[in-house]
Amino acid sequence: MLLLLIVLCPIAAAVLIMIGAPARATALFASIATLLMTLFALALFDRGVHEFQYISSFAVSTGWGINFAVGLDGLSLIMVLLAAIVTVAAIWFTDKIDKYEHAFYACLLLISGGAIGAFASLDLFFFYAFHELALIPTFLLIGIWGNDNRSAAAWKITIYLALGSFILLLGLILLYQSVPIAARSFDIRTLQEAAGQIAPEAQRHIYLILLIGFGILVSLFPFHTWAPDAYAAAPAPAAMLHAGVLKKFGLYGLLRLAIPLLPAGAHHWTNLLLVLLLGNIIYVGLVTIAQKRLDRMLGYSSVMHMGYIFLGIASANLLGVTGASILIFAHGLSIALLFAIAGEVRKRTNTMVLSDLGGLAKVMPLAGLAFGFGAFAAIGLPGFANFAAEVMIFFGAFRNGFAIERFHIFQVATVLALWGVVISAVYMLRAYRKVFMGALGERWRNLVDLRPGLRLPVTLLIVALLWFGFYPQSLVRILSPVLQTYLSTKQP
Amino acid sequence: MIDNNIAWYVLFAPLIAAALIVVFTRRSKGLSSFLSCAAVLASFAGACLIFARKEDAAPALNWIEFPGLFVVPLGLVLDGLSRMMLVVVTGIGALIHIYSLGYMRNDEGKSRYFAALSLFMFAMLGIVLSNNFVMLFIFWELVGFTSYVLIGHWFDRDAAAEAAKKAFITNRIGDFGFMLGILMIWATTGSVVFANIAPRLSILTSNPGFLTAAALLIFCGAAGKSAQFPLHVWLPDAMEGPTPVSALIHAATMVAAGVYMLARVAFIIQLSPVALDVIVWIGTITAVMAALIATQQNDIKRILAYSTLSQLGYMVMAIGLSSSDAAIYHLFTHAFFKALLFLGAGSVIVALHHEQDIWEMGGLSRNLTITFVTFLVGALALMGCPPFSGFFSKDAILALAYEHNMPIFVLALGTAFLTAFYVTRLLVVVFLGHPRSHAARISRESPLVMTGPLIVLALLVIFGGSTFFTGQFVSVPPEHDVFEKVPLLAIGALVLGAGFAFALYRNRPREAFDIGFLRQKFYIDEIYSWLIDRTQELLARISAFFDRWIIDTAGVGGASGGTWGIGALLRFVQVGNLQAYSFFFGLGVVALIYFAVFR
Repeated sequence: MLLLLIVLCPIAAAVLIMIGAPARATALFASIATLLMTLFALALFDRGVHEFQYISSFAVSTGWGINFAVGLDGLSLIMVLLAAIVTVAAIWFTDKIDKYEHAFYACLLLISGGAIGAFASLDLFFFYAFHELALIPTFLLIGIWGNDNRSAAAWKITIYLALGSFILLLGLILLYQSVPIAARSFDIRTLQEAAGQIAPEAQRHIYLILLIGFGILVSLFPFHTWAPDAYAAAPAPAAMLHAGVLKKFGLYGLLRLAIPLLPAGAHHWTNLLLVLLLGNIIYVGLVTIAQKRLDRMLGYSSVMHMGYIFLGIASANLLGVTGASILIFAHGLSIALLFAIAGEVRKRTNTMVLSDLGGLAKVMPLAGLAFGFGAFAAIGLPGFANFAAEVMIFFGAFRNGFAIERFHIFQVATVLALWGVVISAVYMLRAYRKVFMGALGERWRNLVDLRPGLRLPVTLLIVALLWFGFYPQSLVRILSPVLQTYLSTKQP
Repeated sequence: MIDNNIAWYVLFAPLIAAALIVVFTRRSKGLSSFLSCAAVLASFAGACLIFARKEDAAPALNWIEFPGLFVVPLGLVLDGLSRMMLVVVTGIGALIHIYSLGYMRNDEGKSRYFAALSLFMFAMLGIVLSNNFVMLFIFWELVGFTSYVLIGHWFDRDAAAEAAKKAFITNRIGDFGFMLGILMIWATTGSVVFANIAPRLSILTSNPGFLTAAALLIFCGAAGKSAQFPLHVWLPDAMEGPTPVSALIHAATMVAAGVYMLARVAFIIQLSPVALDVIVWIGTITAVMAALIATQQNDIKRILAYSTLSQLGYMVMAIGLSSSDAAIYHLFTHAFFKALLFLGAGSVIVALHHEQDIWEMGGLSRNLTITFVTFLVGALALMGCPPFSGFFSKDAILALAYEHNMPIFVLALGTAFLTAFYVTRLLVVVFLGHPRSHAARISRESPLVMTGPLIVLALLVIFGGSTFFTGQFVSVPPEHDVFEKVPLLAIGALVLGAGFAFALYRNRPREAFDIGFLRQKFYIDEIYSWLIDRTQELLARISAFFDRWIIDTAGVGGASGGTWGIGALLRFVQVGNLQAYSFFFGLGVVALIYFAVFR
């Protein structure tokens, strides 16, 4: 019942807003209520078991075997928590909207509700449908309320992600069909009981299709070029919600379906995935260095960091996969913070060109502080959850196939990925230096800092990053039981 | 159990102060500085208590725990080495906090400064106390971060902003190697805890190549933090930070962290003779190179910065000669006299209204008597003049080199000569002769909060020479008679260098000679920026071009090609995104149901 409320709260609020409830107040209330309920669910969550908790299930179509079923295990719990936190921040950061204010807030809430629904769904149909539900408002937000060349960016992301979803759909259908008839079900729990019964041959095909489908959604190299355009054009709250939460659906899907159901397929494509994720880390990292605009730099940086999460997934051991899950969470918070502050800067200066900005910390100290926290979290400074996650990923990846005589592909990939840590420091500190440090330009002398009310969402994001950075074991304890079961799947 | 928790209080007091300042007292500069000073004094008191009681354990908990796979405890190591470092770090830290009250009294960002200083204390104490590699790495990076914040304290100056960035990135390059070394050690021994690695080293010793690689990669981290060639370039630029920061972080403590870490993991490094050879030569190159550059610098803080590089080179040299004791001994004495010299330089800089060019100074011994006398004590110790502390610790390293490696000894002796030369040049030009600027003529001595720490440090440097005092803290290598060969040679180099410089610079109004490639620091910065421009920047530009014109074009082309039918549909429908998309979405749902149900 609790989980049902969490899922429906943002969607119900969106509906209320569309029929005339005061937009900002309703949205804020609903998002805070969702966060509080999620924290309550976290507090009461039984950490020792891997089974789903807070289950609610309604039959939608008995004939087709489709149920509306939601439930939480450790993995989906932290995803929902991420969504709830970022939603509060995104709505709080929403400023005066010039046109269709109600629709703007409704779109934000629908993204949030769709993402939470997708993470909580136990039914394949709703898992897919909720994600689609969240995508549509994302396109609208970019197309209607975006910046600069918004309609081109909106079309690009629409076509690209629609293609990704379509490939994903194909993969899901094939997955469904590859399960022996007795175990065939839309219910993820039932499907997972069939783990190990899918023929290795089939696993290979399906994994590749899922990897590409999910990969497009997560901006896996070379399917990443929609991301910088879309995030540069998107209004800040939309960029926060998409880069922080919705995009992670693809990674969540891989962890939820591919790791337990298709281990042989994953194993088969390991080398391919390693090459692609190094494309994310090294190649996209270099592209990020060359960016001359803050928004595109952040967009590319978020693409780059997906590489580390994929590295954890590719390592397919408890350490790496747990690290990947925690990095999903941590990256979502830090990128949301960065996009939020970048949006505030854009609002005041009307430019995102790095060389036009400079010295802003002098007039916007709070913004400078907040962006600094986000930037150092993103580049993996210890103390932030990102670092704890990256440590687990590096250690997890490095021990795969380790032999003292010579380095194998995982060791080489780890070395290159570690070099990415240097690359990310280069672009992030360069941008920070250009925007916030140095001499203050004459025309920025009268800028005003963030309004005091924004301290709350900033604090919320930073405290979450620091809390799990200082005490990552709290997430490890939640995640290990379920990931442990996923990784111990027997091979046919 | 309560007693054993003192170490935790020592560690966390500064963090609590930093957090309180950031969250609550940012507006009140006075309260912020008070909190910060109170925290460091509390830590110092705790450190003294730990030192006196000789405790050797504190309770631990686990930061990350995957049983049987990967465990990172937050555990503290309290042995002789870390107890000594605790006292030194908190002691010098406390003096510099107090000195900062004077130096930074009118600074706009005083709260930020003290918050960062407290955070630095936390991170540095963390390095000292860590009992495992990952925890060490955590605090290692945090120290780099606080150094970034403090170098960039005056962030509206372009030079400071650039220097801060350069310091962090250079350190990250070192840390890349460090982390890799840690991974290699962990992958073979299965633990990151020093005490658990030690008994499992046999796997490593049977693979000498692997061991050497791991040891050198760990050394990479130390080379970054302790600014050893070729990662030394950030330290001179770091002088853009406030002078007390230069004294605490970029002279006495943080840059010594690399040496401390090497001493901590000496049990691994010493197993590889090849690694030791590389380390000893890196140390020697750094020592000689930095001393050569120092002879031609004009900024008082940069001269001291290069002397720090050079002295760190000595310490690394000692590590390479497999004597951590000698390295730590020099680290200990150097911390005091170099902090003293920097604080003295700070006092000069304040008296001259932030003038740092030594050729704008002169004759300051008359107006700044306390500063001059204390600076002289520090300078003599740095030159290695008996009976000051620097003499004994440098002598220990020279004797070691003499015993093991003649070429190293000759170069180390040459460095001693150069050190005497540039330090005397500095003394003569700044304090003797006639004032060369108006500011120098009307300069006045600094207030007591600044001269007080100078006097305390000067006393420590003087008494630090006695084995009785020093022996309480570090294990002093057996003392040599002053009339033996090595100390005699060292004193000879000292007299020669000092005499030469004195004769050359006495009563001279400007530089005596000009050697371009020393003045330009061997053009290393220029070479690096050329290299970066040709590699990283070029690659970045090519990648960006490729991404924009190849991948994006091909990708979008492919995507729209693959969805041409949908595109046509969208064109057909001709209404905004929502309808078109929901139509497509509807098709998707139908397709899903069709395949699922009817197959």
